Amino acid sequence: MSLLVVAEHDQNTIKVPTRVAVAAAQAIGGEIHLLVAGEGCQGAIDAAAQIEGVSKVLAADHANYGHALAEEMSALIVSLAEGYTHILTATTTSGKNYMPRVAALLDVAQISDIMAVESADTFQRPIYAGNAIATVQSSDAVKVLTVRGTAFDPVSAEGGSASIEVREGPATAGLSSWVREDVVVLERPELTAASIIVSGGRGMQNGENFAMLESVADKLGAAIGASRAAVDAGFVPNDMQVGQTGKIVAPDLYIAVGISGAIQHLAGMKDSKVIVAINKDEDAPIFQVADYGLVADLFKAVPELDGQL
Amino acid sequence: MKILVTAKRVVDYNVNIRVLADQSGVDLNNVKMSVNPFDEIAIEEAVRLKEAGKAEEVVVVSVGATQCQEQLRTALALGADRGILVETDEDMQPLAIAKVLKAVIDKESPKLVITGKQAIDGDNSQTGQMLAALAGLSQATFASEIELEEDSATVTREIDGGLETISVTLPAVVTTDLRLNEPRYASLPNIMKAKKKPIDVMSPADLGVDVAPRVKTLKVVPPAGRAAGIKVESVEELVDKLRNEAKVIS
Repeated sequence: MSLLVVAEHDQNTIKVPTRVAVAAAQAIGGEIHLLVAGEGCQGAIDAAAQIEGVSKVLAADHANYGHALAEEMSALIVSLAEGYTHILTATTTSGKNYMPRVAALLDVAQISDIMAVESADTFQRPIYAGNAIATVQSSDAVKVLTVRGTAFDPVSAEGGSASIEVREGPATAGLSSWVREDVVVLERPELTAASIIVSGGRGMQNGENFAMLESVADKLGAAIGASRAAVDAGFVPNDMQVGQTGKIVAPDLYIAVGISGAIQHLAGMKDSKVIVAINKDEDAPIFQVADYGLVADLFKAVPELDGQL
Repeated sequence: MKILVTAKRVVDYNVNIRVLADQSGVDLNNVKMSVNPFDEIAIEEAVRLKEAGKAEEVVVVSVGATQCQEQLRTALALGADRGILVETDEDMQPLAIAKVLKAVIDKESPKLVITGKQAIDGDNSQTGQMLAALAGLSQATFASEIELEEDSATVTREIDGGLETISVTLPAVVTTDLRLNEPRYASLPNIMKAKKKPIDVMSPADLGVDVAPRVKTLKVVPPAGRAAGIKVESVEELVDKLRNEAKVIS
């Protein structure tokens, strides 16, 4: 059995979710090949060859793949698909963009966001924003999968010694073109990549009060999130929202401040390793999922916490 | 320009879903059903493009059981001009829905298709991309801004860590992200008017599409529960626990 994992990279380094996808491929079992498609991506190709468990790197370094446009990536992957039983990538905005195209062109289903491997054709995945877990079995010859970034421990970035094989893809589809990218330069880690998150809810009362959380977050190297209630109330922008319709996060430590714990919010953060809740309402549902609950007025507790860090 | 949008019938996002005791799925009896919120954003965007004079007609499609008519009526009340129901009681998976939509596109020839980036029941995030692939069209997923020109569209996409702008040749498939717009509420006069708008009903067989499921759901269970932890008495105790028990801060 051979499995093809499609790497996500910045032309120089391979991103962590790719090593999570390789770990999922290992759980399925078989010979693992890693595709690195990019432009001027020799650094990423060399890094890919070092990854634990990868036996071969397929290298496609061409102008067509510089921005990982879905039309180009899917055409390339489909051209390389023969002989593979599984094609996997990480559940990132990039993987989510091109992978369903690959599945459709191969006339097979895609199984999105797998969180466990039961056998070579049976996988667990979250539905209803993680409020239910489905075990699904594919009857297709090729299994096209995306892998949840928090579901497997990433394999080591070192220790492998894969061979490198240069591959060329088909001519450009020419259907779309890249214009520009506005990557937000964050002073803090990105929500979905942060190992600690401090989140505020309606209890923060206004946007200015989030400054208290910023101070705590800076000391912890944490990202700042918010509940839908805080976003809807206009305290903070949309992209800070953690929950069913916002970002799904699973940091090592999640500190929920003035968040009651509505089901939509819990759906986005309940896989966190350690959850802390600070809320003055001792009956707030957030305490039912919190490892450590502190019933207190946040306006007293947060500055005190800040002082003790 | 004709715009095609989708309206999937899903459990309303406010409903706290319950997994069935026999693990066969989620309880859908007497549960409020709505238009998938991301599809609602797609409908709103199409209607705004029409109001701005950039489109002449907005056609809304739903694929599923006969009750999907309710979601089509909602879309018509929000401003879509006519509806198409591809009626089936089959368990419709993304690939099958994409094939049905491809057949509808072949008949309707829209210049732009807008769908939700995912449905909030299956959370697959596949249908729009699959449709684009099957129809040989360009795609722009997770859109937060669409600028429509005569033969192309410039779309800003929400990607991990920021925004990306791409240009796609029309016809194209665009899938919506949360920040694209804020859907309106249907007014009573528009709800009344929507009752008179036409809905065409057809079956997957009429369209010549095989919709047999490829993926079998073996069981559905609630997620592993989280036991409530302990209540701490003070900030001092909290910091101590985080440092020395959970070891998540230094």
